[in-house]
Amino acid sequence: MGKTIAQKIFEAHTRDTPAPGNVVLDLDVVMCHEITTPIAINDLVARGMDRVFDPAKIKVVIDHVTPSKDTKTATQAKILRDWARRQQIRDFFDVGANGVCHALFPEKGFIRPGYTVIMGDSHTCTHGAFGAFAAGVGTTDLEVGILKGVCSFRVPETLRVNINGLMPKGVSAKDVILKIIKELTVNGATDKVMEFHGEVVAAMSMEARMTLCNMAIEAGGTCGICMPDLVTAEYLWPFIKDNYPTIDAAVADFAKWHSDSDCVYAGEFNLEISELVPQVTYGFKPDEVKDVTAMEGTRIDQVYIGSCTNGRIEDLREAVKIIGGRKVADGVRGILSPATPAVFNQALAEGIIQQFMAAGFCVTNPTCGACLGMSNGVMAPGEVCASTTNRNFNGRMGKGGMVHLMSPLSAAAAAVTGKITDPRPFLD
Amino acid sequence: MKTFGGPAIGLDRNDINTDEIIPAKYLTENSKEALKPYILEDLKLPGFDPASEALKQAKVIVTRANFGCGSSREHAVWVFEVNDINVVIGESFARIFRQNMFNCGMLAVELKKEEIARIFALGDGLNIGVDMTTNQVKACSAKGEVTVTFELNAFDRDLVLAGGWLPYADKKY
Ligand code: SF4
Repeated sequence: MGKTIAQKIFEAHTRDTPAPGNVVLDLDVVMCHEITTPIAINDLVARGMDRVFDPAKIKVVIDHVTPSKDTKTATQAKILRDWARRQQIRDFFDVGANGVCHALFPEKGFIRPGYTVIMGDSHTCTHGAFGAFAAGVGTTDLEVGILKGVCSFRVPETLRVNINGLMPKGVSAKDVILKIIKELTVNGATDKVMEFHGEVVAAMSMEARMTLCNMAIEAGGTCGICMPDLVTAEYLWPFIKDNYPTIDAAVADFAKWHSDSDCVYAGEFNLEISELVPQVTYGFKPDEVKDVTAMEGTRIDQVYIGSCTNGRIEDLREAVKIIGGRKVADGVRGILSPATPAVFNQALAEGIIQQFMAAGFCVTNPTCGACLGMSNGVMAPGEVCASTTNRNFNGRMGKGGMVHLMSPLSAAAAAVTGKITDPRPFLD
Repeated sequence: MKTFGGPAIGLDRNDINTDEIIPAKYLTENSKEALKPYILEDLKLPGFDPASEALKQAKVIVTRANFGCGSSREHAVWVFEVNDINVVIGESFARIFRQNMFNCGMLAVELKKEEIARIFALGDGLNIGVDMTTNQVKACSAKGEVTVTFELNAFDRDLVLAGGWLPYADKKY
């Protein structure tokens, strides 16, 4: 019987099988940020276990609130910073070099096909875009990961998601994943790996695949996974060129991870997207999704373009198609947060930042910021935000605020009209 | 064998997320104790008041499906732990939340939809005992009593007995 990519990765990393259905995996990468790691560090210190299993496999960033905004966040950053220095962790990213973890670490080439990756962050599923098994975990799992380089998992089943058709104009990976979450609901993929297939996924860039995998957790998924292929190899080439004679050799090697044609899936979900229109959330759950046309005219106070979902260069290029040469509507606050310094620099070089500023946007440094309501654009009660982030939970971007999740194009259209707006007519 | 239980409170809704259990703005706290006053602060549920005496007394939470969905924050487990709640009984849990509970040596008990409905039907003044020797949940109130059996994965049981994943892993790996 064939195996899924997740089964192959699990087999290659199994350290122990403590009970039927439970495995303990060896980890290739443990990623850390300043919100969930400091308590783990403090606990390890208190237990007299202030060690790390392998400093080269630990990647650290201060990204959620940076530069620090108050004593508490400064203390979190300091605990992480001091620890990274003490443990001689080379891949540590601080002010000036930092950005949103799930955008920054892939850019650095840290994630490879077949890897096992954990982080104390639910959107770790993003990295499955590279054909890795990457899962969000809590602080205790992170702590054990840091100390021992292992993590326990229930063996997940796999849900195969086939995305076919032609991507319509004005529709993006964000709209596709919102539609999938709507259909599967917020726990439709709980305890499952979501394997993305189909001609649409094959044609997607790594950026778009990351957007897709990023929101797997919003359907409850343990990880989103795409099959590593030529697109993956080209993206990773600067980092792997010494390991392979040619890109084709890398692609051929990556294929060993692909799910076998006779593997067993827990379920299959098909989506035909040729008729898909831009999607927007309307409630406090990410599966409360409607066509943008059904939401048109909803008044907004703020637009937020950024985050690990849609703060990459492609997202900014999309948004500027509508922002460029226009103005943010009266009474609306536009906030752009490029996800990493490299994205920021590239957007500067292409004149994108300048066009956002000319339109009246505030451009922040790379950070999570308003995405989780901790800085840089927290809303007042009763306010409404059109946002390219991934969570619309009650209070997420500020107590009493309402978040409508959407694509960068839809957010840009909302910025210039002051209302939820179908972006497609702007593209004619 | 450990026993768990005491006064219980019902949170009668599906999909209660981690932002409702402990809002992100409190994630800047560097100790578990500091989270204590903020338990379920943003949970909007008819008749539920996070400042109520019933919540203060509670040692057990009963809820519906997909409890603890959303972020990976273990703060959502710690905020229960520091409020002396160490059992959550529900129809199903989000993966990370469930794992965090067992990693902290606490219990996330999954029961069938009908069984949860029978417990909710007992109304207020609920008291629940969880026996890990017999794998039984006993719920009672002035209205009556419900006893149901639950399944506990062998590894999860070992984590509870070891006092969590860190002591378990430290001994074994
Ligand atoms: S950008 Fe938002 S969702 Fe992504 S890691 Fe940061 S806080 Fe989490």
